[in-house]
Amino acid sequence: MATPAADMRPKYKKALIGGDELAKAFTFLFAALILVVTAMLVAELWRTSSPAKEKFGIGFLTSQLWNPVTDEYGALPFIYGTILTSTLALVIAVPLGVGAAIYLSELALPRVSNALTFLVELLAAVPSVIFGLLAIFTLVPAMRDYVQPALQKIFSFQPMAPFFDGPTFGVGYLTAGIILAVMTFPFIISVSREALMAVPREQREAALALGATKWESTWQIVLPYAKLGILGSIFLGLARALGETMAVTMVIGNSEAIHQSIISPGYTIAAVIANNFAEASGKMFTSALVELGLVLFALTMLINGFAQLMIALTTNKGAKKS
Amino acid sequence: MTIAMSPRNRRRLIVNNVMLTATFLCAAITVSSLFLILAYLLKNGAQSVDLNFFTQLPKSPGELGGGMANAIVGSATIVALASAIGLPIGFLAGVYLAEFSPKSLGFLIRYTADLLNGVPSIVIGIFAWGLIVHNMHHFSALAGGFALSLMLIPITARGTEQFLLEVPRTMREGALALGAPMWVTIATVIVPAARKGIMTSMILGVARISGETAPLLFTALGNQYWATSLNEPTASLPVMIFTHATAPYDDWHRQAWAAGLVLLGLVFIANILARTIVSRGASLPK
Repeated sequence: MATPAADMRPKYKKALIGGDELAKAFTFLFAALILVVTAMLVAELWRTSSPAKEKFGIGFLTSQLWNPVTDEYGALPFIYGTILTSTLALVIAVPLGVGAAIYLSELALPRVSNALTFLVELLAAVPSVIFGLLAIFTLVPAMRDYVQPALQKIFSFQPMAPFFDGPTFGVGYLTAGIILAVMTFPFIISVSREALMAVPREQREAALALGATKWESTWQIVLPYAKLGILGSIFLGLARALGETMAVTMVIGNSEAIHQSIISPGYTIAAVIANNFAEASGKMFTSALVELGLVLFALTMLINGFAQLMIALTTNKGAKKS
Repeated sequence: MTIAMSPRNRRRLIVNNVMLTATFLCAAITVSSLFLILAYLLKNGAQSVDLNFFTQLPKSPGELGGGMANAIVGSATIVALASAIGLPIGFLAGVYLAEFSPKSLGFLIRYTADLLNGVPSIVIGIFAWGLIVHNMHHFSALAGGFALSLMLIPITARGTEQFLLEVPRTMREGALALGAPMWVTIATVIVPAARKGIMTSMILGVARISGETAPLLFTALGNQYWATSLNEPTASLPVMIFTHATAPYDDWHRQAWAAGLVLLGLVFIANILARTIVSRGASLPK
């Protein structure tokens, strides 16, 4: 008979090797949970919104009617508000964000750049309800008393005047757009900076050696090289802005109609859900709100997928050439 | 040194200086917004953060004073629930993605996790409402915790995966060469080596969900009183800030500022803590 140790070893070893299969199967259960939960989410949205889908059909997306009393619902004012506020946010956040990213990657000393990037990342961690709180009590009065009247004075000529028409409430599309801009530029900055830093050094050196100024090298060589990554960061910011709820809900003004004036109160998809869902009585009202959620889901998924693709493309490109 | 400069070159130089200054201003404006936020919160909230804030229940409108003790405990309960569900699932899913997943299945799960991470938080709220609140017929901390755990799972999974993959190949090979099976290698060599990074992504994830409001609006709802079980409507700090800030009472506004300051303080402490752990170890994932 062999010694106990020699006897033990193969069995012990076999059990351990068998443990690999077990560990794989065990962890797979949890990874698969991600797939299951996501599929359930889509199914649940689809199922709960089916009464509204059956009743209103595709007309839901183009109707401007929103009347819980007669159970008539249309999504257009909310889709309009969501896209308008996000566009306003990008108009403000893109130049600021890309400009700051250029400073951080091209000009600032590495230590300064890292410290500032840390602060930008802290800004990205501020909960959205806190942006809303600040906006209600600081931005809204400032908009009402100074910014909106000033804009009306500046743009009092045709054809701009209708876009700045109406009483100045402080709340509205533009106020929501500004607060969304502050919430999106941290994402634009950190992803753009990453894309710019992935541009090979030689590109910059070659441009400078040919006599280009620092700016010419940045604008004509570095930026085009990182174009896709920057575009990706912008779409990432856009996806965030579209789905952002709390801060917008607190300053949008809750008006269920389409207004041409950007200083007018409006509504977004996320805000109308946040304000009405808990108290929604009636199956059709709930169903219509869930269908709005489905529209928002589809919109953000589309833009997010696009953003991921572009970021992946630049990162690969940078990695291959450097 | 004076060299005669052609007008064209002078213009190029001016453009260069103007644009570079502009990028500096962009950075200055964006970073200073952080300090503005902090300054306003401190100015409006600091004098209202007192002992009462942490120990008393909210007073009804019109009455002065009171605190948010129930919301602080409620938030802690909901976040603890979400962490208890989300962190282990996310961690194990991350281990699978990094160590075991075949290529195509790994891609699918990774892509789905990113998709789930990008779902607007209000939509997560609708899902949790449909699955739990609708079926159990009442709002609860349980539903709120479930909603937040859905946001925590993809963050933790992707973070864990990223840091496990950063562990040097040689450490893996060393353990395997000594005859250790894969799962022993993972449990005793790879995960311990990546533990700082994994902890960081977990802390950041928990910090992120503790400030979320939208998924709680129609899952945990809110409560002016203490919740006595996980199965009833529960107050939380973010939702309290929302309801107090949008209500027309001055004393509620004061409380909202105090709650905002406390919440932001906690989130920032968690973030700084997480990032200092990392700066002494691995590098932060992007």
